Amino acid sequence: MAHFDKNAKPFSNKWLDERIAINTLKRVLNTEYWIPKDINFLWAMGMVLAATFGLLVISGIFLLMYYKPDTNLAFDSVNYTIMAEVGYGWLWRHIHGVGASIVFLIIYIHMFTGIYYGSYKQGRELIWLSGMGLFVAFSAEAFSGYMLPWGQMSYWAGMVITNLFSGGSLEAYGLVEWIRGDYVPGDAFLTRFFMLHVLLIPLVIIGLIVLHFGTLRLPHVNNQEGAEIDFVEAGELWKAGKRKESKVIPFSPVFLSKDIFVMGVYFILFFYLVFYHFDFAMDPVNFDPADGLKTPAHIYPEWYFLWSYEILRPFGKDVGLIAFAIAQVAFVFLPFIDRSPNVAPAHKRGLFQIWFWVLIIDLIVLTAMGKLPPTDPVFAIVGLISACLFLAMGPILFIITIFEKKLEKGE
Amino acid sequence: MYRELKVLAVVVFFSLLTYYLVEPYAHHEMHKKVDANGTELVIESHGFTYDGRDDIAEAKRSGNETLVATKIDFWKDVVEISKLEGDVTTGEAVFANCAGCHNGMSMNMGGVIVPNLDHAGRIYDKNYLIALIKDPAMASNVDHKYADTSMHPMGSIKFTVSDNQQIADVVAYMLEKKAEEVTPKEAYEEACVRCHALRYKKMTQLGDTPTFKHKKDALAHEIKVIEEQEKVQAYMGNLPPDLSMIIRARSAHFLETFVANPQGQLPGTSMPRVGLSQEGYDKVKAYLTEAGDPSKKAREELGPWVIGFFIIFTILAYLWKKSMWRDLH
Amino acid sequence: MEKKRRDFMGLSLGLFTAAGGVGALYAMKRTWDPLPSVQAAGFSTIDLALAKPNELLVEKWRGKPIFILKKTPEMETHKRDIIVGGERYHVSIGLCTHLGCIPAYKKDTKTFFCACHGGVFDISGIQTPGLPPPSPLEIPPFKIEGTTLVLGEEGPEYLQMKTDGLTV
Repeated sequence: MAHFDKNAKPFSNKWLDERIAINTLKRVLNTEYWIPKDINFLWAMGMVLAATFGLLVISGIFLLMYYKPDTNLAFDSVNYTIMAEVGYGWLWRHIHGVGASIVFLIIYIHMFTGIYYGSYKQGRELIWLSGMGLFVAFSAEAFSGYMLPWGQMSYWAGMVITNLFSGGSLEAYGLVEWIRGDYVPGDAFLTRFFMLHVLLIPLVIIGLIVLHFGTLRLPHVNNQEGAEIDFVEAGELWKAGKRKESKVIPFSPVFLSKDIFVMGVYFILFFYLVFYHFDFAMDPVNFDPADGLKTPAHIYPEWYFLWSYEILRPFGKDVGLIAFAIAQVAFVFLPFIDRSPNVAPAHKRGLFQIWFWVLIIDLIVLTAMGKLPPTDPVFAIVGLISACLFLAMGPILFIITIFEKKLEKGE
Repeated sequence: MYRELKVLAVVVFFSLLTYYLVEPYAHHEMHKKVDANGTELVIESHGFTYDGRDDIAEAKRSGNETLVATKIDFWKDVVEISKLEGDVTTGEAVFANCAGCHNGMSMNMGGVIVPNLDHAGRIYDKNYLIALIKDPAMASNVDHKYADTSMHPMGSIKFTVSDNQQIADVVAYMLEKKAEEVTPKEAYEEACVRCHALRYKKMTQLGDTPTFKHKKDALAHEIKVIEEQEKVQAYMGNLPPDLSMIIRARSAHFLETFVANPQGQLPGTSMPRVGLSQEGYDKVKAYLTEAGDPSKKAREELGPWVIGFFIIFTILAYLWKKSMWRDLH
Repeated sequence: MEKKRRDFMGLSLGLFTAAGGVGALYAMKRTWDPLPSVQAAGFSTIDLALAKPNELLVEKWRGKPIFILKKTPEMETHKRDIIVGGERYHVSIGLCTHLGCIPAYKKDTKTFFCACHGGVFDISGIQTPGLPPPSPLEIPPFKIEGTTLVLGEEGPEYLQMKTDGLTV
């Protein structure tokens, strides 16, 4: 039995410290959780993501109060009950719709920041892997959520994506029907994706977020130069009041003050989209109710899935599926494909810098081609070339990083 | 600071580039219309005035010389008639020919319910009304459906009101006497509801759905609706869609150009041109917005407040950050 | 000095955020409100001609049972009675004022008996002292229109009963 001070006032600092070690928690997670000073606003994207996830959860809770997971009721419960009847129902829906789209923009920025600055290796592998887990979980969350309004795009996206599981020439239609619980996306399909969307995947996401934060604590965040910092020593300097001399700042409140400023700028953009430019995130086609006997003239996934969709499209059925499968998991292996020991920004890593920008441009081209009609021969060729290039990017990275020279660190 | 802005510029550039490619550019590519030679067709609305230029252009593209000539002659006559001075009193007498069917009894004749003309002079365009009386199928640009356009449900009007002056008179009558202030709901009821249900406003092809205390009465009404829908379907080929969410399911440009000339956006569609004037279209659009986007007003009112809040929030956050980071470098 | 400035800025930001939070709470509160369609369904019309003397007629209003009892001339009159066409009716929300169970009407004793906790109301809906129900059966807002009663609308007779403290 540990020692408890009988005279400590309930909920006083001492009382709490003896029960949940509040001082240690504060020290480890806030005041002595050292963050390098040499960072830019991209380092705030993690907190921006957390805030966006918070907005999605809150708006989702209110949508959940009126949504009806039934193929006969779903469309009207969203478009009539929530949009016309519920007080501020439209606000929750627009926040949820815009949030679901914009969260991927921030995820991609966050992810490519990590790649640019080499923040996925030399002790930071688990941060990368848990982050990729989050990417997969968010993708599943976005897809399952897209089913729920039960419009034309919901239905046909559900049809096309579940058909991928037939495995091409394997013709595993039994598996497809098992996933759907029906021959086509129907009631059983809608209710199980509803469950996934509001319960199972959110639980997984919350767990992964905790893990992601956890994997960050010991290696600490990277900095703009990839400099190796002795955090203990730098922290002592800070504690001694040498704010200028120390290379680090505490997470709270100094780092947080910058995070919150960046969040403010982000929220201005976010709510501008919510009120005045929500169309990009709420496709007009999905305002037509699901009709299993009529495919829309153009079907395409939401923008954040377009690059991987395009890797599927230019090839034949089997090759396409294999290429698609490789694309889905390619980024996970990044810490092991990159053979260079250098943790440094791309502009100091020679060929890697070229590789990085080619990758960005290739992904943007794939994204654009994924939405453009495949009937145009020019688009088809560009799509094919950029898909092949994407598949080659892994082996290329492996080779160029083997020959990458060890950088001399001047810090 | 300089470095931060440089990084921001790179992020913004790539985000906007991606946005441009997947939104404006991709949608333009997806929805563009080309003629047989691959030339892009730009579909414009002409402010809801009707002079047949779209119809003649379509006929020319089809390469059917006789059709081109017919269309040119027809619309030339329409423009001629529109220049005639119409007499309202004579027009009232001529209108008796119309009132035989357009009697407000909501009877289905030849496939659809005969529309009520109480605000016809207000919601429809003058040239269109003239064209409609001259030849309904030509005016609505659905003449391709008929070997003989007098087979149109209203086709016999060609024989009952055939004199140009008579047409000018009856149109003058409608423009003067059937032109009272119209509500968005009335405009929708007169122009659209006979084909398009609007379930978010509890409307079917039979108009407003009454409330019934007994299930039996409700079911009896439902059967009447189904019977009416069957007639409309038989006439149109397909049951025209419910328009509850159409205001969000189609772009403003699409709706506008489609209503002005359905064949331009969907060649071969059985949707007739209904000949709404700008005012008539605005009223119908207002009603569709009420049904499909009822939060528009609240959204536009709340928007500036929320954005204003976050601007002040950001300024305060910046000042706080500045005070925190002041002595760090 | 420097610390003071930092604290002041942090505090302003915190207070401003809290004000925004209050606004968000208001939106959330509105989301929990009954929907307009539920409120519009809060009116029902009851035809009193259907009621027979000393036979309980039960109708539904806002999802709750409504008791309508046509009184026979021998029955005790009360200010809570609704008089339509010279006939007296007892009309109330058929939920016990104790904890909301539905009392049953006993024709022979001419009382409402609640089986849940033994509450008893008389023919005018007045509770029996000493038993759990604290107050008489509630009278729903009503408006007399000919021989029908519109529930959910407040007519002059209802407002009078309210002023007299006969119902809440």
